[in-house]
Amino acid sequence: MTLRVEDTADMVPADGGVEAPPSQAYIVFRKMWHLRLGVFGLLLMAALLIIALFAPWVATHEPLDQDILERLTPPAFLEGGSMEHLLGTDQLGRDVFSRIVHGARISLTVGVSAVFVSMIIGVILGLFAGYFGGWIDAVVDFSVNAMLAFPFILLAMTLVIILGASMQNIILALGISNWPIFARVARIETRKLRDQEFVVAARAQGLSHYRIIFKHVLTNLAAAMLVIATVEVARSIIRETFLSFLGLGIQPPTPSWGLMLAEGRDYILTVWWLSTLPGVAIFLSCLGINLVGDALRDLLDPRMRKA
Amino acid sequence: MRTYIVHKLLHAIGVALVVSFVSFFLLFHTADPASTLLPENADDQDIARFEEQYGLNRPLLVQYGDYMSRVIFAGDFGVSWVAKVPAGGLIGASLWPTLKLAIAAQILATLLAIPLGIISAVKRYSIVDNMTILIVLVGQAMPLFWLGIVLIVIFGVWLKWLPASGSETWLHLILPAITLASFILPLNMRLVRSGMLEVLSQDYIRTARSKGVEERSVLMRHALRNAAIPLVTVSGIQFGALLGGAVVTETVFSWPGLGRLAVESIQVGDFPVVQAIVIIFSGFTILANLAADVGAAWIDPRIRFE
Repeated sequence: MTLRVEDTADMVPADGGVEAPPSQAYIVFRKMWHLRLGVFGLLLMAALLIIALFAPWVATHEPLDQDILERLTPPAFLEGGSMEHLLGTDQLGRDVFSRIVHGARISLTVGVSAVFVSMIIGVILGLFAGYFGGWIDAVVDFSVNAMLAFPFILLAMTLVIILGASMQNIILALGISNWPIFARVARIETRKLRDQEFVVAARAQGLSHYRIIFKHVLTNLAAAMLVIATVEVARSIIRETFLSFLGLGIQPPTPSWGLMLAEGRDYILTVWWLSTLPGVAIFLSCLGINLVGDALRDLLDPRMRKA
Repeated sequence: MRTYIVHKLLHAIGVALVVSFVSFFLLFHTADPASTLLPENADDQDIARFEEQYGLNRPLLVQYGDYMSRVIFAGDFGVSWVAKVPAGGLIGASLWPTLKLAIAAQILATLLAIPLGIISAVKRYSIVDNMTILIVLVGQAMPLFWLGIVLIVIFGVWLKWLPASGSETWLHLILPAITLASFILPLNMRLVRSGMLEVLSQDYIRTARSKGVEERSVLMRHALRNAAIPLVTVSGIQFGALLGGAVVTETVFSWPGLGRLAVESIQVGDFPVVQAIVIIFSGFTILANLAADVGAAWIDPRIRFE
């Protein structure tokens, strides 16, 4: 789900001569610029990782410490704010900056783990379906279609209700609801790989199917899966914040970005920043991850390499 | 064409049955409705009475068969456990607001995606092209409900131009529709752009141009028609995502649609209503997919013979 600036059509002047094609220098500049976006994304992602890993040291306050006398103070960059609370305080007088910093931990853990769950389910099903074909393929294909017809958010919410709202269960719910995207791509790619010479050669050498699937085919799938996984981490982070926003995710007082957004909504008429700041954190994190995903796709996609 | 449609139709019916069964199993078997809905101090007798009242003590397959036959033949979705009125009635009242929102968002997204996508493909590296890329990047990183909140703050609270929530007038539709449209706009725009880029380099476009067809006609009739195929297919697949987005949007804007009803019903454990909404949502998604498949086959006859 990402935009590719330098797709293969670049090689052909798309305007068919109606206007002059961009100069060579400009194309080089574009490529640099495009890469720069990837570098920018990498910086954002690195910042997110560092903040999440070292949250207790980055935060200026304890995320759960309340100070009723210091309720709803504005951020430092607004009138009435102080450097004591960089992004102000919430309705219980908790430091918003520290809560956002600790929230990075939650978001990243849930995002990465949920994608891991869906990737394992999806890749295994996709590998088997694509490699063996036949009825396995038919069943997997049908399940993927059925899953795609299921309203994703309703499924995730139902699973959370059934399993109970805890971090592990949110990871499971998001993971279980999102495997079809991996299965679909793994299946199609495996089907292409299955008939290639190196697989046929491996089989001629007498290697077992499982060895071929998990050693030879999977290795060739890894790049494509990595690209999807990167982008899906961002989407899972957004989904977690929504579940938490609805009260079906991380439970208070844990500092989750979605929960902070929901809590701030009650004060939206007067204290607009309370709800918008966690949103900025979500936005920057997902932007970083998506840009890295874009750059990875350009670097890893074999079609790109040929071009 | 008829064989193609029949094949797709059978597949769709199969998917619909599986989805309805899985959700029924999850909600009425795994989730243990009695413990969700009855007070915590309910004794075994209360639970037995509750299960008796709603037929939950019968084997699951019997319950499912009974339920589905009533849905299909009588349009009866059971009774809401909380509101004690037919779930079908609750849904009927919420269906139109959701459809209104979804259609408005789809129209808005398409109206923006097609011209922006075409311009950014024809005039590559122009301001519009860069803007398109920016919209895609930003749109994909922004949580929908946060955009909704920001729009409420800006247009509802600060500028006071538009109502922040509710659904009384057409003005109320604007902010939710923009929010929901932003959900599908990035993908649509990208599809039009890459589709046009691919098509414009084809021989038949050069032929059309060389025989003197007006540029406008080349773009709209020769190129767009071919570039639109992925857009049509994806719009069908996307309809499910659009309804999912409606759940989010409706919650933020207190829009009285199916999405908000679904969230409220899940939160209080009103499973007959949830089940009915799952059936309606997936039904619409499946129909949209079917329409997209048939639409794509109509635009591009080659697809029918695959």
